[in-house]
Amino acid sequence: MSNLLEVNQVSKNFGDFKALNNVSISVPKGSIFGLLGPNGAGKTTLIRIINQITMPDVGTVHLDGNLLNANHIKDIGYLPEERGLYKSMKVGEQALYLAQLKGLSKTEAKERLKYWFERLEIGDWWNKKIQELSKGMAQKIQFVVTVLHQPKLLIFDEPFSGFDPINANLIKDEILHLRDQGATVIFSTHRMESVEELCDDIALIHKSNKILDGKLVDIKRQYKINTFEVGINSTDKEALKAELSQKFDVSLANFKTLEDELKLNIKLNAGDKPNDLLNFLTSKGDVSHFVELIPSVNDIFIQTVKNN
Amino acid sequence: MNHLPLIIKREYLTKVKNKSFIVMTILSPLIMIALISVVAYLSQLNNDTVRTITVLDESGFAKGVFENTDKTKYNVLENMSLSDAKVLAKESSSIGLLHIDRVENIQTISNHGKFYSEESPSLSLISDLESKLEKKLTNVMLLENGVDLQMINDSKIRVNIAQESFAGEKTSKIDSVMKLAFGGAAGYLLFMFIIIYGNMIMRSVIEEKTSRIIEVIISSVKPIQLMLGKIIGTSLAGITQFVIWLVIGGILLSVVSIIFGINIQTPQQEMMEKAMANPELSMQVQDLINAFFHLPLANLITAFILFFIGGYLLYSSLYAAIGAAVDNETDTQQFMFPIIMPLILAVYIGFFTVIEDPHGTVSTVFSFIPFTSPVVMLMRIPFGVPIWQQLVSLFILIATFMFTVWFAAKIYRVGILMYGKKPTYKELIKWIKY
Repeated sequence: MSNLLEVNQVSKNFGDFKALNNVSISVPKGSIFGLLGPNGAGKTTLIRIINQITMPDVGTVHLDGNLLNANHIKDIGYLPEERGLYKSMKVGEQALYLAQLKGLSKTEAKERLKYWFERLEIGDWWNKKIQELSKGMAQKIQFVVTVLHQPKLLIFDEPFSGFDPINANLIKDEILHLRDQGATVIFSTHRMESVEELCDDIALIHKSNKILDGKLVDIKRQYKINTFEVGINSTDKEALKAELSQKFDVSLANFKTLEDELKLNIKLNAGDKPNDLLNFLTSKGDVSHFVELIPSVNDIFIQTVKNN
Repeated sequence: MNHLPLIIKREYLTKVKNKSFIVMTILSPLIMIALISVVAYLSQLNNDTVRTITVLDESGFAKGVFENTDKTKYNVLENMSLSDAKVLAKESSSIGLLHIDRVENIQTISNHGKFYSEESPSLSLISDLESKLEKKLTNVMLLENGVDLQMINDSKIRVNIAQESFAGEKTSKIDSVMKLAFGGAAGYLLFMFIIIYGNMIMRSVIEEKTSRIIEVIISSVKPIQLMLGKIIGTSLAGITQFVIWLVIGGILLSVVSIIFGINIQTPQQEMMEKAMANPELSMQVQDLINAFFHLPLANLITAFILFFIGGYLLYSSLYAAIGAAVDNETDTQQFMFPIIMPLILAVYIGFFTVIEDPHGTVSTVFSFIPFTSPVVMLMRIPFGVPIWQQLVSLFILIATFMFTVWFAAKIYRVGILMYGKKPTYKELIKWIKY
């Protein structure tokens, strides 16, 4: 699978402040790419460079094989984190204007708006002013405006903020739907559970540097700690725990079950297979719980950022 | 992609459809006309009343000085004591009592006149009385010294110096007045236009910033396009408003003057009417019409359009930059001052120095400095400015305008994405390097 977007060794300074230092990312076509990082890491600067709002000091950006240029504006849909609309303008007029700025003709924009307004059940807002709508309602309009011109690349910065769970779900489904139709999505958020759920690839930016990137599954594999969450029942729990502690690296675990069993996190010994551990455990008592601990994106995020 | 027309259209339509804009457009001329009418009506009221002045002349020298006119009646008392006269003047509706004390001869009269009144009289009233007395008494003295008054009158010679340029163009004093009127109007119009619509541009930039739509917009268009679109769109809205004001104002003015019969005629009309009765005035009207055609009209109109556009763009780009640099309108004050200063300076130079000496050093220099040149040059041009000077000034203006647009675009590009704190001048300079 080829890459839709190639950011190559991009650096950007604002005066003395280094916003991006030699950052490269590759976004595969048709994937959902998570751009992660703490506040002020440089994510927004990178996104603005991709949108040609600011120019990089050094480095190149290629979209679909071509060096980024003015013609690419219509290929990108951008939903910024700091978003807003003209408050005193009517919803319909405003959506038409923004669509035309992205290069759609008026009739085409009207047709597509009609489709989207019906799809999201917001058709009767056409003649309302933005200031009459709630924040969530305005966000929906903004989402429509972002995707209306059917861009190859969609960039969402915190797309779910301001939405109630029902609408957040609706938007999430729409994003997946767009991906299925061939769009590539860059997704910047602090909500790790949605990264977990949606992203195929991620890149982590910290203090202007990219410190981690790749396929989410590969990264998880890399961060695997070979530890299992174990629930085991025995007549003498203390003795069992002492015995296990001698053989393995053991710590107390905390998870909810129905039984009052011994709950432990057990790290595999080097060279052992999970089955070796399981066989050993079954010989000692009744195993009610046996799960490999996979690091969450949240854990990886915190761990990597702290180590840097 | 060129989105400029689209942006201009939106800016224009949102401005024009804005409720407060519509209200202002319609209401402003109404208020102006109402104000003018009230002032005209009041001053007419004032003029209509007949005032009475009581005079007690104990010296006897002022006989025949005070003759009744349409607006002033003199109640000349005789053989009465001062105290009685005061009581009488107070009880009658007269505005005061002029008392001239008994004196031996005319020369000593100067310190013996006194005006008694309830409220202190107007300056013009007193000087009017003074000049009346002076004229009469001077004549009396002249006669007494054996001077023939008729001879003095016959010996008076009027001089009217005609003006002509070396190129043979005839001009007159009326020409100068006409020039002043045109230059002043053009300069002042530009000044007003910049202040009103420059502010409007600034507010519209701030609005985009506070509503946070700016990032969406500039992911589609270049900031400089957005800025120029804003400036042009707002200017067109401004021109629309100005034209509507002129039309409504004109209609209302004629309607009001017909209904109330108030004399709000233009000086020309008035003069025209008087000219019918007076052959000397008829000459002056002719002069006035000539003066109008003596103006370098083609030059004036071309220069007006060019300098107006240049000057307006120069300042409005700075207004746009200010709007981009701040978060809200209250923060604009610190940056407004350096913009308003040269504008006010230009108007002052225009109305004081140019009138005094349109081709003096000060006027000439300031008609080249780009921040004052639009106003000052527009005021100078009716007096005839060599074409090369106009071209040089225009060239400097355009060069500066291109620089300020570049500068403003830099500030704008960075500023529209900056939130939170009010920038200092130092930071603005830094932004240019981003």
